[in-house]
Amino acid sequence: MKEKLEALRTEALAALSDIADAAALQELRVKYLGKKGALTEVLRGMGALSAEERPVIGQVANEVRAAIEQVLEQKQQQLQAEETNKRLREETIDVTLPGRQLPTGAVHPLNKVAQEIEDIFIGMGYSIAEGPEVETDYYNFEALNLPKDHPARDMQDTFYITEEILMRTQTSPVQVRTMQAHRGETPIRIICPGKVYRRDDDDATHSFQFNQVEGLVVGKNIRMSDLKGTLLQFAQQMFGEHTQIRLRPSFFPFTEPSAEVDVTCAQCGGSGCRMCKGTGWLEILGCGMVHPRVLEMGGYDPEEVTGFAFGMGIERIALLKYGIDDIRHFYTNDARFLTQFARM
Amino acid sequence: MKVSYKWLQQYVDLSGITPSELAEKMTRGGIEIDIVESRNKGVSGVVVGYVKEKQKHPDADKLNVCKVDVGTGEELQIVCGAPNVAAGQHVPVAVVGAKLPGDFKIKRAKLRGVESQGMICSAKELGLNDKLLPKEQQEGILVLPSSLELGTPIEQVLELDDEVLELDLTPNRSDALSMLGVAYEVAALTGREVKLPQPVIADTTEKTNDYVSVTIESEELCQHYSARYIKGVKVAPSPLWLQNKLIAAGIRPINNIVDVTNFVMLEYGQPLHAFDADKIPNGQIIVRQAKAGELLVTLDDQERKLEPHMLVIADQSSPIALAGVMGGASTEVTEQTVNIILESARFAGKSVRKTSRELGLRSESSLRFEKEVDGGRVIPALNRAAALIAELGEGLVLEGIVDQVVAASEPRKIALTLEKINRMLGTSLSGMEIRTILTRLGFDFEVNEQEQYTVEAPTRRGDLLYDVDVIEEIARIYGYDNIPTTPIYGEVIPGALTKPQSIRRELRKRLSDAGMLEVISYSFTSAKHTTLFPELAPKTNAVKLLMPMSEERSVLRTTIVAQLIDIATYNRNRKNDSLALFELGSVFHTAEADLTTLPTEKHRFAALLTGNRSSAGWNQKAEAYDFYDAKGVVETIAAALGISELISYEAAQPAQFHPGRTAAVVLAAGEAKQVLGYVGQLHPELQRAADLQDTFVVELDLAPLYEHASHDIVYKALPRYPAITRDIAVVVDKSVQVGDMIAAIHQAAGELLESVQVFDVFTGERLGVDKKSVAISLVYRHKERTLTDEEVTSLHESVVLTLEQSFKAELRK
Repeated sequence: MKEKLEALRTEALAALSDIADAAALQELRVKYLGKKGALTEVLRGMGALSAEERPVIGQVANEVRAAIEQVLEQKQQQLQAEETNKRLREETIDVTLPGRQLPTGAVHPLNKVAQEIEDIFIGMGYSIAEGPEVETDYYNFEALNLPKDHPARDMQDTFYITEEILMRTQTSPVQVRTMQAHRGETPIRIICPGKVYRRDDDDATHSFQFNQVEGLVVGKNIRMSDLKGTLLQFAQQMFGEHTQIRLRPSFFPFTEPSAEVDVTCAQCGGSGCRMCKGTGWLEILGCGMVHPRVLEMGGYDPEEVTGFAFGMGIERIALLKYGIDDIRHFYTNDARFLTQFARM
Repeated sequence: MKVSYKWLQQYVDLSGITPSELAEKMTRGGIEIDIVESRNKGVSGVVVGYVKEKQKHPDADKLNVCKVDVGTGEELQIVCGAPNVAAGQHVPVAVVGAKLPGDFKIKRAKLRGVESQGMICSAKELGLNDKLLPKEQQEGILVLPSSLELGTPIEQVLELDDEVLELDLTPNRSDALSMLGVAYEVAALTGREVKLPQPVIADTTEKTNDYVSVTIESEELCQHYSARYIKGVKVAPSPLWLQNKLIAAGIRPINNIVDVTNFVMLEYGQPLHAFDADKIPNGQIIVRQAKAGELLVTLDDQERKLEPHMLVIADQSSPIALAGVMGGASTEVTEQTVNIILESARFAGKSVRKTSRELGLRSESSLRFEKEVDGGRVIPALNRAAALIAELGEGLVLEGIVDQVVAASEPRKIALTLEKINRMLGTSLSGMEIRTILTRLGFDFEVNEQEQYTVEAPTRRGDLLYDVDVIEEIARIYGYDNIPTTPIYGEVIPGALTKPQSIRRELRKRLSDAGMLEVISYSFTSAKHTTLFPELAPKTNAVKLLMPMSEERSVLRTTIVAQLIDIATYNRNRKNDSLALFELGSVFHTAEADLTTLPTEKHRFAALLTGNRSSAGWNQKAEAYDFYDAKGVVETIAAALGISELISYEAAQPAQFHPGRTAAVVLAAGEAKQVLGYVGQLHPELQRAADLQDTFVVELDLAPLYEHASHDIVYKALPRYPAITRDIAVVVDKSVQVGDMIAAIHQAAGELLESVQVFDVFTGERLGVDKKSVAISLVYRHKERTLTDEEVTSLHESVVLTLEQSFKAELRK
């Protein structure tokens, strides 16, 4: 009987070594270890054995079973590993092929910049005012201390619709509209982004339609030093925390004192480069203390309140910010241009 | 205004300040210097020489061989091709080793076999601007005065060792349109003194009065007219020093008389005019407005038709000059002129501006009058010019001035206080500092113990009217950099977007995140664009520009879609075939034919889809946009604004849209229904004309959306009981609208019907002609308990019944 068991072990192990798939393995398991399997068959003869032989043979039988099971188990694991490997091999893909992106559009770069400016000023307690793009001569010029025949009207070539109605040449008319709407109440803290129009032949740096952001602050004891503080804070948030500003005296009919504001060139940090034409500075906005005539026309007493105003061109800032070489791109809306602004 | 650094030194000490330092100082002080340009364009080694001898070149007709002395003792042989070269001339000689502009080096050379040791130069070869040269210097070599010492460097003779600052003046600073004005500015910025010219006029016995009389008839347009008479002048080219200065300033020298008037204009900012006195009968000058139909031949030999509003200088019978704009040809100073009437006057800026514009005659003179000249300089400039003409033209200035003053200009008195200065600027300047600054500016002032100032704004500074104008002067001399940087003190107010502003931002963000590109189109368009979509611009006239730049940009847009079509065509021409564009902007509507009030500016949303929604890739097929993509844009917006339930879509046929593929977007609020706009495909004819594939557009009014949008999100409890889903498939006529079917289903099933989804629509021969199959999935749910099968079945049967009765639907089995 012992010989039978040993023969069975030899036979089973030999059979197992040739196994190549899970089904055959299962078949062998049943054949040797199943309820009607060969081992059971052999053990059925146990009853005929003597009491001394029985434990000896029993131990041999157990050893044979364990040996077969062990090999079966190994074989099973080996087959499973092979199968997994095969699957992995078959499922391997070219990861360098392009993925399926979520759709990406873009906000127009001018609005992207305008929103950024808006957010900075909202954070500083400003509201956003709006005004009509078609304006009266009164709001666009006269109420801004630019009476008819004033030589400074030459600075801006205007699209007239009638003698009294025109396309606004600046967002500044919103200053007077806002003051009148506040009916003498202070404080006023607004910015006004919007489209403006001037007769200019279009070229790389000029567009007859463009966008400005106007700012107006009116209150008791608003000082020119506050204007400087406000603009420095804006410039550092917009162009980077190390940005510095400088003010140069200038002229606008609706502010006095007036200034042009330069910021240190973001490209070179102020050491001078091609972008800033070697000066280290970039001109970005005009500003000043609200002219007493303008305060009066807005319904305020210039002896009681003061204010400051500033205005900047959004195109100019977008050109500088993104290094765009031609202002016309903003209005031709070439998809290949617009998609470049899909990033944060 | 071009300012020669060397010339400016005559009026203010510039020692220790280089031209570029001066430019920086002025720019930071408020007068922007565009550019600092050297007058020397690359000349070196050119000296004054003397032509001792001239002989014909043996082998070349047009060449001469000259013997030239350049003061070295050595005689140079130079071959010269200029026809005007002659023995006895003083000329500029570029000797061997010299350099001319364009990095042109002079070397020893042989010209047709004859050795040449240098080159005799023309003015142009020395880098002078051709347009600024006097006639006699425009051709041939430059002939120099014989008084010059041989060997003198030409840079010195022509004052090329100078730099010119180009001023970019703001409209308020017309005071800097003169050398003296610039000198005052520089003096204020540097704390130095201004040196004024001191003209001396020799005494004579003959009186101006006996030769000249002046009558001002138009007192409104001429505040001051003064004249002098200069007798016995010799008209000739100006001396080099005068020519050099004019050329540096960009003015062409003509003759000594005209040059002096221009020189003094540049010096004082006061334009002057010289008349040939013998051409004015009895020296009678009348300042009046032109008569209708009067003609005048101006100095440029053009006959000008005058209008009654124009101010003229006239003799007894007819105009002889356009006041402040241009002289007349009949009284022009010529080589034959011997007696001169010199005019210095103050004409009204507005009038000069209007006249010069209408006639297209803008000159250095009109430019200055337009900005109002300084009344305080009318007489000093007249005297300065008279003295110079007498000196250079060897004439005699008669005794006295004929002076008619309508309104004298007085310094303006402006009151301000130290307290206000500091309150306005945020500074803490002392009274001492203010007094120092005012003195530097050259302003007279009085001050009391309370530090209240009365400042006399000088007549040259006509821009100073208010206290803030003087405060700006103080601030800029103190230095804008020295003003502190402070935060605003006072009430804290929160900043926020208004509801419309946040809605526009939300739409912009959602649609761009969903793959659409935002565009900004022009507000100006062509007239035909404004009538293209009448239903999008009902009962409106286009707003027309008075003077458009082109027909294409002559009116204000009435719709945005018309502009988006142009953008799509532009892109298609650049092979950008697939586009999903949107724009948020205003359109301009008015009921008026001629505008008397502002047009209505309507905020609109517009979108355009064309080409493919997704492009073909290695793992996907291209899918073209269709109507339902455009409708989906509207649905997305409605959902984002929380108003989906207020919006419905009704088949519509607006002009230029595909009649079978367009819907009106209707907003129902309570009883009122309003059309917000349209969504649909462009009419195939329009697509063809615009060279576009199938294109779907949307345009909606935003105002109603602003009104009804709701940001209030109200939580609804999640369902606790299971839903039961039943599908239904019916065959109906093609003309039946699924939207109507869904509405009927809701009506029939009532509240227990939670949602309805159309999951299949198709047509086919099997169904029969003009039939379609619609498959709908219905979800039933009760909020508080589990529905029984029987309940749902009974509801569902009523749904089926409704569809059969109302739409002649046949249930598909």
